[in-house]
Amino acid sequence: MSTLDLAETSLRDVNAALQSLNGTTNQTAWEVLNPRGAHALAVGLDAPVEVRVKGSTGYYCAGMNAEATIHVEGSAGPGVAENMMSGTVVIEGDASQYAGATGHGGLLVVKGNASSRCGISMKGIDIVVHGNIGHMAAFMAQKGNLVVLGDTGEALGDSIYEARLFVRGSVKSLGADCIEKEMRPEHLELLAGLLERAGADATPEEFRRYGSARQLYHFHVDNAGAY
Amino acid sequence: MCGIVGLYLKREALRPELGALLSDMLVTMSDRGPDSAGIAIYGDEGPGLKLTLQSDRPDIAFDGLAEDLGRAIGAEVSVRVIDTHAVVSLPHERIAAARDFFSDKDIRIMSAGERMEIYKEVGTPQSVVKRFGLGSMAGSHGIGHTRMATESAVTTLGAHPFSTDIDQCLVHNGSLSNHNYLRRMLARRGYAAQSQNDTEVAASYLSWRMGSGATLGEALEGTLADLDGFFTFVVGTEKGLGVVRDPIACKPAVMAETEDYVAFGSEYRAFSNLPGIDAARVWEPEPATVYFWERS
Repeated sequence: MSTLDLAETSLRDVNAALQSLNGTTNQTAWEVLNPRGAHALAVGLDAPVEVRVKGSTGYYCAGMNAEATIHVEGSAGPGVAENMMSGTVVIEGDASQYAGATGHGGLLVVKGNASSRCGISMKGIDIVVHGNIGHMAAFMAQKGNLVVLGDTGEALGDSIYEARLFVRGSVKSLGADCIEKEMRPEHLELLAGLLERAGADATPEEFRRYGSARQLYHFHVDNAGAY
Repeated sequence: MCGIVGLYLKREALRPELGALLSDMLVTMSDRGPDSAGIAIYGDEGPGLKLTLQSDRPDIAFDGLAEDLGRAIGAEVSVRVIDTHAVVSLPHERIAAARDFFSDKDIRIMSAGERMEIYKEVGTPQSVVKRFGLGSMAGSHGIGHTRMATESAVTTLGAHPFSTDIDQCLVHNGSLSNHNYLRRMLARRGYAAQSQNDTEVAASYLSWRMGSGATLGEALEGTLADLDGFFTFVVGTEKGLGVVRDPIACKPAVMAETEDYVAFGSEYRAFSNLPGIDAARVWEPEPATVYFWERS
């Protein structure tokens, strides 16, 4: 286990040390001490290493992550795992707004609650939130899966393209062009895998599925006069 | 952007440390607003009413002020000068006469209160804390602001907190879009703004509502219907603190509570030196939801 202590080492040097790791490194286990809400911690990692952050983080933790597994043993500020490409990010506490925004791949697990705009413009990432999520989740989501074990805020999936949304609790309201959809066997199978990977204690049959009605993003010739 | 902080102490023994704790929170938020900073602190009741004054020429404006003001309003007053500010204590019933006295002087009245004093200036949070010795101030609760100006100029009067009635103050992260309309409406109701700043209008709105009989909670609820724009507000009153965010809630806010205090910050970083923060309950205030903590 290699240790980086933000009480002794600058944020820039901590990030540089983590970012310099590549696929051939033998130093695959790291811990970061005293994050104290620091911004942009462990961003841009590009190696299959495991990083444990011992505390809460500020804006943009684990952004652009590729391959790494990052655990935050606390809560995360706005934009956690933003634009993640692959790998896994686990938040033991809550996540602030726009968690997993624009993510292309990988798995983001939030064990507490996530606030507004979770998964906004997601492009292939899988997000599993054990608690509740705020308003405007999965706004303009294009690809990937958002799983919520608790309740959602207003306007879930507004202007959604092709992502799948699975919710166990209540949905306060659906956004424009987002509808409830049939849960077919392949969805139950997909959801079972996601719940297992996220360590979530739930069964797929408890969930409802939501997705795009595909009325908003197809051009209708009947509307030509409006342009 | 702007940074806001607030601290409400539940345990009396912590009161001597309020200034130090709040100053540290404020300085930690410097990155969010380095152009001006301010703090409102609720300390002990003075003899009479406390006016916090500001002047760009304190050496001249505050020279002999106790005698001149005392003579003009026919009462004994005390004056404590701190850098560009002075805290004047005078009998409650002489406040109108005092306002008349100051109206043609190079002196601005920043606040009036039984317990509240406001210190705010242009400059980095660190420099403002140092100039006014905020770290050594004691009190039950306080709020602070680091400003990145958007809606009005970088001046002392444009800095937060804004106070528009006795012991009331407001800090704001965001911007309002219907403040000109509200400024005219509130002026007709006796709350004339001193600046072109949008936050001052929000402060006046709350003062108007509470002056019309609303509780702090009801006044904060009213902002959701009557103010248009982005806001995370932290409000101070003689009794405590209130918090409200607009329904979109894009301006950040995080809160922490222990048996000893309730703390507000724009970011979690602001809490990092608070005692017992690792064991605190930390959460984000919900959009369009009013929170307040008051002494009974």
